[in-house]
Parts: sequence; structure tokens; C-alpha cells
Amino acid sequence: MDLAVDISLTVNGAAVSRCVPARMHLIDFLREELELTGSHVGCEHGVCGACTVRVDGDIVRGCLMLAAQANGCRVDTIEGLSDSKEIARLQRAFHEKNALQCGFCTPGMLMAAQELVSSNKKLTREEIRIHISGNYCRCTGYQAIVDAIEEVVNGPG
Amino acid sequence: MKAPAFAYAKPATLGEAFALLQVLNAKVLAGGQSLIPSLNMRLSSPGLLVDITGLKELKGISVQGNSIRIGALVTHAQMERSPEIQKHLPLLAQAIPHVAHAAIRNRGTIGGSMALADPAAEYPAVAVALEAEILIEGKKGKRKAKATAFFKGLFETDLKPGELLVAVEFPIAKPSDKSVFLELARRHGDYAIIGLAAHNSKFVFFSAGSKPVVVEGGSMQKAKENLSKTLKPTADLYSSSAAKLHLAGVLLERAWTSLST
Repeated sequence: MDLAVDISLTVNGAAVSRCVPARMHLIDFLREELELTGSHVGCEHGVCGACTVRVDGDIVRGCLMLAAQANGCRVDTIEGLSDSKEIARLQRAFHEKNALQCGFCTPGMLMAAQELVSSNKKLTREEIRIHISGNYCRCTGYQAIVDAIEEVVNGPG
Repeated sequence: MKAPAFAYAKPATLGEAFALLQVLNAKVLAGGQSLIPSLNMRLSSPGLLVDITGLKELKGISVQGNSIRIGALVTHAQMERSPEIQKHLPLLAQAIPHVAHAAIRNRGTIGGSMALADPAAEYPAVAVALEAEILIEGKKGKRKAKATAFFKGLFETDLKPGELLVAVEFPIAKPSDKSVFLELARRHGDYAIIGLAAHNSKFVFFSAGSKPVVVEGGSMQKAKENLSKTLKPTADLYSSSAAKLHLAGVLLERAWTSLST
């Protein structure tokens, strides 16, 4: 049995092929092999959401997926979403509302929030809070973050 | 922490999967949303992970007569979006949003949740309440197990070494059926402090013992009496056994009110 696996995937639109240890998490692959350090590593057991990335269009925990499992997948990170301007409105709203707190969770928050934006639905603050509950880290409140997401999802109120 | 070293294989057929599962210390990997944290925390150290996500026999949701078959690899998010589940399985539909968070629901699977049998998990209680059947396949062939017999204890099921959980079959709800799902957690998506899947006069509590606990009762008085006799919740870091028992009573009353209106 092989402890290393050959993988080929698309990361932020670019084709990537590597041989990785089977035990390597997707998030470590992105950060250490590809130097995409925008996604953060927090708890490493799926609680904080700082490592949120997108795989085949869906947000996932980068620490709860092996790089080997991403073989053949399309992976998008915060760098890709930022460069493509997909999250430009969210970034502006986070900036204007000072929706940062300590900032560690911000890349994951933006990834999670973009899923709400792309659903094209009007949402209540409660629904926004439920969706970002998977990205609560160590700070508290999240008031300004909900304000920012609400403005982008529902339009300026 | 990082996971210990292991080998990885992704079989393309059930036959290949069964052969790989014969390897000493092999473990099944599906969505990985419980297995990978346990590897990261080094609570588990398998020699080989058999990634079953390429097996098409384990995918898809289909209506089959009076029941709905949900393949083991169907994710929480796929179930959440399924019109069949929303229409025919209202109790399950109510439970799904309580399972973890959006990013985890995108990868975690019903088969994984059932096979792990975490006492705080939602689906085992729903399966017991609805008298679902578990479809199991191994080298020697196929078999079915009733949910009530499938869950044996703390993280313990009727699955034998080398067997795979293939699908879960839920009976379609009848128009006269009434059901309600309630869960108390400190933060939405966290493990339940206590939870309840109620179907007609059957109340199935989870996060209340080593496996789903069934409390029956034709009247609220009777159900409350049975509750205090049957339920001996295990205390956790945040809640004592007495607090959990009290909260179970609160959920029972809420469920009763909801079912009788």
C-alpha cells in the first residue's frame, strides 16, 4: 500500500499535479505546497471554519479533507475569489463596516458569506447568523460581520 | 494536529472495496467529517483508508414503492435540497439543518453518520423513530437490519468487519402521521445537549445515552412518567445528567404541544 498519492486538480483556474502524502490535508497542500496562505489553519478539527475553501463549487473545511480526495476536483481559495473580483462587493462591505474583529476568521467568513450571496435570496439576520455559525472562532459578537453580509445580500437598507 | 501516516486507496467497484477492507487495520472513508477530525486528534490510526466515494451503488435518492432509499454517500446538503425528502420525510427534513454547519453538510454523508453511531447524532434517532431499514452489503452478500436493532451502543452498530452500509430506507410518511424534530445546542450546528425526534406517540431522544432512547406514551402524563423511568442521560462537560433530564422533559412538552395542534 502506498503512503503517497499522485493527484491532479485545478486550483484557482490553474492545473496542478503533485505527489502528496496520503495523510496531507487539503489545507496544508494549498498553504505549504502551493503557498496559498490566505486560507488559515485554526482548530484542525472542523470547528472554527478558518480553513474554508471551495471544492467543485461547494464550501468545505480544508482541514477535514485530504489532498488525495481533491484529485480531479476544482478548488477555489480566497486568493482566487479575490483576484476574480467575485467577492469584491463583500470585501468592500467588510472594509466599510469594519467587519474584521481579529481578522483570523475573515477569509473563511468571506468564503461562507459568498455562498449566501450567490444563492440570490433575501435573508434575515438570523438566517445569516445560522449560515456563518460554522465560522465562529474565538472573538464574539459578529455584529459588524452580519451587517456587512446583510448589506450585500439584501442591498443597502 | 496532523493525522498519523496511513495508506490511501479509492476502489472503483464494490468488489474492489470488499477486497481492500480485508487489509489489516483498514477503515472506510466516506465524507470524512467525523473520521478526519478523529485522525487529526490521533484518536484513531488506521493503516489504510478505503475511500468509497467512487462507488456509484452507494449514491442517489429514489422513491421505491412506499419507501425512500437514500444511498449511503448522499450528503446532508443533497438531502436538504431533495424535493422527495422534503415531501415524503418531514421528520428527516426537519433534522437535516441541525447537522453541523453548511461547509460540513456539503461533505458529510448519511451513511457515515449512521455507521459511526455517535450518540449525539440526529439521523440515528430519526431512523429509529421512523423504523427505517439499513441496507448492508459484504463479501458474502446483502442483508437488511432494522434501525432499532442496528444501533447497539456507543459508536457500536450491527455492521460486521468488512461490511459496508449501502443505503437507508425510510417508509414514506402517511397523511395522518405527525412528527416534530427538536434539538438544543449552545451554538447552531454544535453537538446537541439533548434532542428529540418525535413521530406520532413515539419519542426518540438522542445525546441522552449510548444510543437513541425510545420513550412511548399515549398521553403526555404517561410519556413523562416513562421519560423519568427510561432516560438516564450521561453528563457532559457542560450539562449534568439532571439538567439534561429536565431539558428532555421540556422538549417532550414542546413536542407534545406541536403534535397535538
